[in-house]
Amino acid sequence: MNSRARLRGSGRALLVALLAFCAMLSGSLAGSLALSRAAQAQDISAPLAQLANDNYADTEAALGALALSGSPAAAQIVAALADGKLVYSSTAPRQIFIRTDTGLIDPLTMQAVAPAPAVKPVRVNNRVRRAIEAANGALSLVSPDPAKRIDAAIAVARSRDEAALPALDTALAKESNPKVKTALVLARASILIAKEGITPAERIAAVQLVAAEGNQEALAILRGVPDSAAPEVKQAATDAIAGIERNLATWAIAQNIWYGVSLGSVLLLAAIGLAITFGVMGVINMAHGEMVMLGAYTTFVVQEVIRQNYPGLFDWSLIIAIPLAFLFTGLIGVLIERTVIRFLYGRALETLLATWGISLILQQAIRTIFGPTNREVGAPSWMSGSFELGHMSVTYGRLWIIVFALIVFIALLTVLRVTRIGLEMRAVTQNRRMAAAMGIRTNWVDAMTFGLGSGIAGIAGVALSQIDNVSPNLGQSYIIDSFLVVVFGGVGNLWGTLVGAMSLGIANKMLEPYAGAVLGKIALLVIVILFIQKRPRGLFALKGRSIEA
Amino acid sequence: MSMSDTRQPALLGPSGMIFLAILVAAAVLVPALNLMTPPDSALHVPTYVVSLLGKYLCYALLALSVDLIWGYVGILSLGHGAFFALGGYAMGMYLMRQIGTRGVYGDPILPDFMVFLNWKELPWFWYGFDMFPFAALMVLLAPGILALVFGWFAFRSRVTGVYLSIITQAMTFALLLAFFRNDMGFGGNNGLTDFKDILGFNIQSDGTRLVLFVLSALALGLGYVLCRFLVRSHFGKVLIAIRDAETRVRFTGYRAENYKLVAFVVSAMLAGIAGALYVPQVGIINPSEFSPANSIEIIVWVAVGGRGTLVGAALGAVLVNYAKTYFTSGMLAPYWLFMLGGLFVAVTLFLPKGIVGTFYEWREKRRPPPDGADAPLASPKPAE
Repeated sequence: MNSRARLRGSGRALLVALLAFCAMLSGSLAGSLALSRAAQAQDISAPLAQLANDNYADTEAALGALALSGSPAAAQIVAALADGKLVYSSTAPRQIFIRTDTGLIDPLTMQAVAPAPAVKPVRVNNRVRRAIEAANGALSLVSPDPAKRIDAAIAVARSRDEAALPALDTALAKESNPKVKTALVLARASILIAKEGITPAERIAAVQLVAAEGNQEALAILRGVPDSAAPEVKQAATDAIAGIERNLATWAIAQNIWYGVSLGSVLLLAAIGLAITFGVMGVINMAHGEMVMLGAYTTFVVQEVIRQNYPGLFDWSLIIAIPLAFLFTGLIGVLIERTVIRFLYGRALETLLATWGISLILQQAIRTIFGPTNREVGAPSWMSGSFELGHMSVTYGRLWIIVFALIVFIALLTVLRVTRIGLEMRAVTQNRRMAAAMGIRTNWVDAMTFGLGSGIAGIAGVALSQIDNVSPNLGQSYIIDSFLVVVFGGVGNLWGTLVGAMSLGIANKMLEPYAGAVLGKIALLVIVILFIQKRPRGLFALKGRSIEA
Repeated sequence: MSMSDTRQPALLGPSGMIFLAILVAAAVLVPALNLMTPPDSALHVPTYVVSLLGKYLCYALLALSVDLIWGYVGILSLGHGAFFALGGYAMGMYLMRQIGTRGVYGDPILPDFMVFLNWKELPWFWYGFDMFPFAALMVLLAPGILALVFGWFAFRSRVTGVYLSIITQAMTFALLLAFFRNDMGFGGNNGLTDFKDILGFNIQSDGTRLVLFVLSALALGLGYVLCRFLVRSHFGKVLIAIRDAETRVRFTGYRAENYKLVAFVVSAMLAGIAGALYVPQVGIINPSEFSPANSIEIIVWVAVGGRGTLVGAALGAVLVNYAKTYFTSGMLAPYWLFMLGGLFVAVTLFLPKGIVGTFYEWREKRRPPPDGADAPLASPKPAE
């Protein structure tokens, strides 16, 4: 009983504060006094009657009352006033209506009014407009939609407007959703931090409350502690800021590593096919980038066909494109191997030239067929959007590409470890002549290896079509990076490619904040060039007995 | 001891003689036909053709420099365009400083792009480029020092074969990115252009163009003699040995890396000279000269003409570039990349020794006892 009485008492105290708030807004003390009683009853007929007076001072007072009423109709009435759609009947009894496209409705019952009386709009001036804004802010704090309430609380926290305190308190008293409550408490604390004339203990409590939030917002709020605050308050704020900054720095590193892993998985996808052809056959395939490009164009064609014929399958388009891209680019790869590369075995540098020529031809062919401009490849619904993990944001697209790269890597590793063709490939890598002597058809293994490497490049193209422009030059932008990954990681070992891709990706993203994108890239190139001096055969070099590999 | 006893080929030999004779003839005839014939005559060589030919000669010198290291040392550099571009930038910086107050902004010291970027004073690395001798020195030193540092690191740690090719490509790619940046102070994306005069002569005038053409021919001729001198000396023999069996050379007691380094630096300097002569004739130098694709194209010039023949490299450069001019200016333009790509494939598959190399081979077959006077210096076996 007692506690309820106290509650009511505090409610009354609140109301007094609200009164002052309204008075400040309206400058009409008498009006707000009358209003506050109406608000208490959640009855909005009194402010409506005031609005019908069509007098600026009364309108302002009515807005204050509406803001605190928490009535569901209030928001609509305020919005109608802002749009000039709030009207009153010019003949007695004066009554308020909302004008809609079809006619007039009664704001209390939300029913259409028939027959419609003659009406005039409620007039608005600049002071009323300000009052409308304030009322909107206060109303969204009690809006039925929790997301809107949180937004309103964040807006209040940012503005640190003392005048919003009473409205916050009313909202807090009513709030039941814990998330919204946290936001409201935070908003209240951020106002208290900057407010004049509160005790240091209260302020420290507010500082700690904000500090617990630990994000950029909190940092900005804590920096707003006034110089006039007590030293212990300032100390608490400084400590809290330092703590948050440390925390955020850790998260920034985590975010950079995430970006790095994401870039690394793209590099891994682009380079892993190259690692196979280079590792097994010693062939420098400069047309590898074009295989990636062909994979991306395959995706484009698949999506076009699906869009035109089976729109319902659009979300499956990438999954359908993967095997098709693998087969198509794999076939092209086998074709290139049979017609050009097999005549050039043992002449690595000349293979490099011939495949460069093939890459020019493929680029120009695609440019002739599809035109030189970028082609649009859409993202299926399960790849769009993002979510928050702690203080970093994770997009689904990137996440899927990382997962996909790892799947491809593991699949390839399995093929090399478990299958017969994988065994033969490894045998040919380690000692071509001995493998031939054991009855392995090295020619056939070469063709299959080249097809496999090219097919995987095609699969990479499917993934890259999601994050890069699908244009004839797509492959060019990856070829140098892919080579660096392979050379850095070491030839003939897929783990080397994985480690190489990830370290280059992460190093790139870690350098970027300090050196900028271009300088970071240059620095990375120089680092790799220097690294190769140190380990000319890469991180995971195959050990052999011959002097010249 | 007579020449035939030591099997030492003559400094020039018939093909070298023919090559130099053609160069001299061109250096005399082209200006003569340009100056002495009336413009409507069938024999008249218009000035734009003179500049075009001059450009081909610069490319030929560049190809020569690549052939020196690829044909005779087995270093396939995919970044030689970088040395060419550095020489070009050194010359371009001199030409920029000669503009003086005639730029759009009329600043007596700062080039237009620096005024545009709101720079107040000249960056330190632009000092001295108002003097031609300094700029000329830089044409040699800038590529030379880069080659020295790069080569010292690469050869010392025995980076060879495709690994070397890939890091040279990474080198030119890094430079491409760097020169694209405005902050680097080399004009960023637009590069250096709008040149007015060189050594006081108007760079647009017919006379200057003719002199530049003759100088290019002279540089190509001297470059050829220098390369020829190098490869037939004892030094050159070691280079060829390194190309064919580097390990064996090392086991014989030679410091293979030092030989390679000298050849690499000389080659880079030749490329730099080619770039320096190229820039005033085309009137612009921009970062696209660093693009890896350009450097690979040089390789195909050499491959077409014949690797390890020097004359062939120059011939290949002129032929391929003539074809490029021919195809990219007409309605065949969309097919040029098919042509170029096909050329890469066809030459490696069907003409591995190139035009001149195949010719030597054919001649040797026809004349069983080679007199040694003009035999190619051990034609290169296919790249390892």
